[in-house]
Amino acid sequence: MAENHTTATDKTVPYSTGDSMITDATIAEMREIAARYPVARSALLPMLHLVQSVEGRVTPEGIEACADVLGLTGAEVSAVATFYTMYKRRPVGDYHVGVCTNTLCAVMGGDLIFDRLKQHLDVGNDETTEDGKITLEHLECNAACDYAPVMMVNWEFFDDMTPESATQLVDDLRDGTEVKSPRGATVCTWREAERVLAGYPDGRADEGPTGGKATLAGLRLARERGWTAPGGSSNADTQKED
Amino acid sequence: MADTLTPVLSDNWDQIRSWQLSSYQRSGGYDALRKALAMQPADVVATVKDSGLRGRGGAGFPTGMKWQFIPQDNPNPKYLVVNADESEPGTCKDIPLMMATPHTLVEGVVIASYAIRASVAFIYVRGEVLHVIRRLQQAVQEAKDAGFIGTNILGSGYDLDVVVHAGAGAYICGEETALLDSLEGRRGQPRLRPPFPAVAGLYGCPTVINNVESIASVPAIIKNGPDWFSSMGTEKSKGMTLYSLSGHVTRPGQYEAPLGITLRELLDLAGGVREGHELKFWTPGGSSTPLLTSEHLDVPLDYEGVGAVGSMLGTKALQIFDDSVCVVRAVLRWTEFYKHESCGKCTPCREGTWWLVQILERLEKGQGSDEDLDVLLDLSENILGRSFCALGDGATAPITSSIAHFKDEYLAHFENGGCPFDPMASTVFATAGASA
Repeated sequence: MAENHTTATDKTVPYSTGDSMITDATIAEMREIAARYPVARSALLPMLHLVQSVEGRVTPEGIEACADVLGLTGAEVSAVATFYTMYKRRPVGDYHVGVCTNTLCAVMGGDLIFDRLKQHLDVGNDETTEDGKITLEHLECNAACDYAPVMMVNWEFFDDMTPESATQLVDDLRDGTEVKSPRGATVCTWREAERVLAGYPDGRADEGPTGGKATLAGLRLARERGWTAPGGSSNADTQKED
Repeated sequence: MADTLTPVLSDNWDQIRSWQLSSYQRSGGYDALRKALAMQPADVVATVKDSGLRGRGGAGFPTGMKWQFIPQDNPNPKYLVVNADESEPGTCKDIPLMMATPHTLVEGVVIASYAIRASVAFIYVRGEVLHVIRRLQQAVQEAKDAGFIGTNILGSGYDLDVVVHAGAGAYICGEETALLDSLEGRRGQPRLRPPFPAVAGLYGCPTVINNVESIASVPAIIKNGPDWFSSMGTEKSKGMTLYSLSGHVTRPGQYEAPLGITLRELLDLAGGVREGHELKFWTPGGSSTPLLTSEHLDVPLDYEGVGAVGSMLGTKALQIFDDSVCVVRAVLRWTEFYKHESCGKCTPCREGTWWLVQILERLEKGQGSDEDLDVLLDLSENILGRSFCALGDGATAPITSSIAHFKDEYLAHFENGGCPFDPMASTVFATAGASA
C-alpha cells in the first residue's frame, strides 16, 4: 500500500513562468484580508489561498506579494507555504479530486477507488491529467467517516463512493457535465473554491441540503420513537426537509 | 432518566434550511444570547461551570473552568478561538453540525466571548470543507446584519467581532497551541506550556480555545439552565453529546445521546454490525485512542468509563471494524498518517513515527519477526510521554493496543509470509462484485 503515498518528486517545479497574474487588485485584496485581523500576519494563510485562486498555485510572485504586504521576507512566507498540504507548488487542474485513504475509508474501499482512478486517469498521486482538468491526490481523514468511502472534488463532499461512481464522476468533470455535491453546491473550479477560502463568499451557501442520510440517522430515529432531551423538542412537529 | 437519544445540538438538523438565521430563530435561536447579555459575565461562566460541561474536543477539561482561568485583571485584549479543525481520523461531528446549524455555534461564540470579555473571536475551520466554510461565513454575516455581532450588541454595550478563518491542511493545527501559531500566520507547531493560552495565547494575550461542540452546547445550557444539562449523563460526565458511528455498521451516522451510553446500545440503534460479520475492533474516540474489542461493548462511553479500560473517550468517533479487516493494515495506515502529519518540531515524534512505519511495512508484507514487535513496543514507549505534544502519544495508541489485543494476527503475517486477508472483503461494495 505504500505506493499510495509516493509523490511525484521527479517532476521539476517551475520557479517562475514569468506570466504572473497578480495585479494591483490582488494586492488591494491582500490588504483587505490583512485588515480583518488585529495583527496583520494572521492574514497569511487566507492570502496564500488568494494567491492560489489567482495563480492556480503558489508562485514565487505570490510569495513576494504576500511578503511585501505583511513586511516579511520571502523565506518567512515560503516556510509557511511549504508547511501546509493545501498549498501547491505545481499547477493544479480545474478540479482537485481527492480520495480519502486514511484507515477507515481505505478498508471500506478508498484504496481500490484510488487505484482505479490512477489507472483511469493515467496519473500518479498529486499529478495532473494532460488536459489540465484533473489533479488526483490521496487525502487524510476529511471528517465524513459516516459516509465512507469519501471523495472530495474542490473540497466538496462526495459520499459512499465506489470505483464505478468514482470513474463516472471524473468522466463527468472532464466532459464539462454539471456536477453537484450530494452535501454541497454545484462544483466550481479549484481557483473559485480557493477564493472562498480566502474569505470571499461566492453566494452558494444556500445550495444543497442540511445534511445527508448519516447526518440525520440518529435524529430520525429519535423522532420515530418520540425521544427528546428533557423538556421536549421545539422542532419535533414542524415542517421538515425532504 | 433521560430518553435513549436526546437531540439538542442536532434537534433542528431536519428543519427546512436549518442553516439560515430565520430557521434558527423559529426554534428559539438567539434567545439564549438575550438571556446571557442580561447576566453578569461572571454569572455566565458560573452557569457553564455548574452545568458540568467538559471539552468535547477530546481532552474533557471542564469548559467553565477554562473560562475562569482568563485573568480579568490582565490589561491585554482577550480572545476566543474556536477549534473547528476537525481532523482526528474517525471524527466527523463538528463538520455536519456547522453545515446544518452554524448559528448554534455562532450564538455560542457570542455568549462565550461575552463571558470571558473577548473583543474578537476566531473560528479556525479546516480548509478542506468548502461548503461548511460558506455556511459559516453566511451565518456570521447574518448575525452581524441582525445585530448579534458588532458594536453594542442588543443594546448591551458589548462589542464583538467574529472572523471565520480557513486553515490549509495540517492535522497538527488541531493541537491548540499549534492552532494559535497557525492563526498567527506561522507554521503550525505546538508551543511549550506553561505559559498556558489562558495567560499568554493568541498574540501573547489571554485566550480561550474550545472545540466546536463545546461552544455549540453553551446556548442550550444558558437557555435551560445547568440543572437541565446535568440531568443528562453520568456522575462526572454530564450532558448530551454527539456519538459518530462509522465503518462496518448498518446505519452509520450521528447519534446524540446522554454521556454514558454503551456501544452495545448504539450498535442496536444503528442496526448492528454489517450483516454476516462480527465486531472485531473499534476506536472510542478517533485513532489516537487505544483500540477496544467486543469485550468492551458494555463500557459506559463517558470520560471515566473509557479511561477505566485503558483508552480515552476522545471525540466519541466510534469507528467500527468487522472481522474482514486486517488490524496490521489498519494500524500501518494510521501510522503513515501520523508520520505525514508530524510537524517535525521534536525528535521522538519526527524520527519515531518514521521508524514505526518502516517496521510496520515490513510486518504487513510478512517479512517481520517476533523481535520486530518488541522493537515496535520499545519505540512506542520512547515516543509516548517524551514527545512535545499529544500527536506523538496518539501515534503509539493504535500500535500498543493492537499488539495487546491481536498479537497472534501480527504473528500470522510472518508465519504466512504475507497478509492473510482479502482487501476486497472489507469494502462496502464487496457484495456488489465490483473490483478495482
